[in-house]
Amino acid sequence: MQFLIVLPLLIPFAMGISALFRFRESRRLFAVVASLINMLVCGGILIYVNQNGMLVSQMGGHAAPFGISLVIDSLSAVMLAITSVITFTTVIFSLATIDIDRERFAFYPLIGFLLLGINFAFLTGDLFTLYVSFEVMLMSSFVLLTLGGEKGQLAGGLKYVTLNLISSIIFLIAAGLTYAVVGTLNLAQLAERLSDVSSPSITTLLAGLFLIAFGIKAAIFPLFFWLPASYHTPPIAVTALFGGILTKVGIYAMWRVLVMVFPNDMVLLQPLVLTLAALTMVTGVLGAVAQSEIRRLLSFHIISQIGYLLMGIGLMTQQGMMGTVFFVVHVILAKTALFFIAGVIHDEQGSYSLKKLGGFQKSHPFLAGLFLVAALSLAGIPPFPGFWAKLILIQAGLAAGQYWVVAIALIVSVLTLYSMTKLWHEIFWKSRPTPIPQPAQPAKNHRHARLIMTPSVMLVLVILLITVFTEPLIGIAQVAAEGVLSPQPYIQTVLVKEAAP
Amino acid sequence: MLLVFALTSGIIFACGIYMMLRRSMVRLIIGLSLVTYAVNLLIFSMGDLSRRIAPIVETIPSSEMADPLPQALILTAIVISFGATAFTIALAYRASKAVQTDNMDVLGDTEGEV
Repeated sequence: MQFLIVLPLLIPFAMGISALFRFRESRRLFAVVASLINMLVCGGILIYVNQNGMLVSQMGGHAAPFGISLVIDSLSAVMLAITSVITFTTVIFSLATIDIDRERFAFYPLIGFLLLGINFAFLTGDLFTLYVSFEVMLMSSFVLLTLGGEKGQLAGGLKYVTLNLISSIIFLIAAGLTYAVVGTLNLAQLAERLSDVSSPSITTLLAGLFLIAFGIKAAIFPLFFWLPASYHTPPIAVTALFGGILTKVGIYAMWRVLVMVFPNDMVLLQPLVLTLAALTMVTGVLGAVAQSEIRRLLSFHIISQIGYLLMGIGLMTQQGMMGTVFFVVHVILAKTALFFIAGVIHDEQGSYSLKKLGGFQKSHPFLAGLFLVAALSLAGIPPFPGFWAKLILIQAGLAAGQYWVVAIALIVSVLTLYSMTKLWHEIFWKSRPTPIPQPAQPAKNHRHARLIMTPSVMLVLVILLITVFTEPLIGIAQVAAEGVLSPQPYIQTVLVKEAAP
Repeated sequence: MLLVFALTSGIIFACGIYMMLRRSMVRLIIGLSLVTYAVNLLIFSMGDLSRRIAPIVETIPSSEMADPLPQALILTAIVISFGATAFTIALAYRASKAVQTDNMDVLGDTEGEV
């Protein structure tokens, strides 16, 4: 089954290369087919890895510490699967919403390259390759963000580009210093060797550098300013994809590098990480409460949800990690679904501003139902997955004795519910403000209406599916958490077994 | 030797960050490039800086080999920063066309308007 491991790289690459196709229609079709195949393959990988343990492949046939290893353990498999679902739905949503100029300028191939970078980050077992994959992901996201060249996009893009490049530079410094201290860049070997480094203070310094580098990517408290400055500027399909996935790649990198390689230092840094988590939650949700534009409100919510994830990481317990893995799956689904619904609303009434919207409950009861599921899941109301995710995290916090973080998490949860209620009231309940804003688009046909609804329906179905089958997902999250917190099997599989023949 | 590298790298870092804090987009790009150079220099000093021989296996004893990895890393980092700089220049060009100035304050913040 070794070929399985390269497919999540080859399929997005093929999607990227489709930029060479002459006709726009053929690129669209290819993007749909490729992302569908990618979704099926990643689903297959998730099932395979959960039955047979991790997949390892050494690129170029060089044994582990010298060559570049590609590794899929449970955690990578979960992230690959959820990313593939989001990408597929985004491609469908783009078919309905992206204008012809952006499509002419290789919009779908860029999504392919973005997916290539993201999947590569999930697959790689090497610190420097992680840096390279981050760069692949960043370059595609730069272009996707600024594609179209509107003034807001350029202004937001400049901030996004600068701060993310600075984050990459810090990552590079940290990787270089790690090599100087430990003499290897292979994650498995790093995890093995770091405990016998003679001066432990230097490893704490390295962990701090990685925390800053990944913290900028994940948008944690003092480092998040690029996110609300840029995420509302591109077309909503791009915002949905970025808001769903990109910050979570930073969280994945924290799991892989900070938790797996620097566990002792993470315990030392615990007060700092938990404080940052609390501040991230609070600033994010307060920012969201103050907004009156859907996309900005949801962008600030991304930040506050990152706070929950950081809290789970900061606890450094089995249960905390499990909660984080479960939470990341739920938040990616709920957040992207909400962005898609915002896109449908914009398509209907031509505005994202809460003041100009209203009356959707009467005119679009089905859409209101979809919104309700996604919003209640995000706020953490039972029986939706968001409730279980928060419950596990809060139990983990209580078990670890970090009562103040738990208290803040609960307050933020109430505020999240408040801002979701605000959205519900302003968009759905409130009667439509007069005069009724007329959308500038030409009259839409049935096909368009169905196409634009499909992605939100699909994501809400996945959320409902997880609501019913919570237990299996918790099982998978458990295995993924174990794989990160006690990396012995990972080390042995990557270094020993493959090095033998 | 290591001290020279450390000082040079530190000075370039300082210059780069100073440039980044200006309001001009061109200076921002120059600052970003300077900081990348400083990082490359930093990684270069991660291997040992003494004179050694090219690491061709089985022709020389391993004690005389130079460590090839930092150079490989720098090469990759240079290529990536080349691409990133090219993109930033194009972005700054488009932005300056849009607002007819190099000043980033004029470009304004995106948080004001709805």
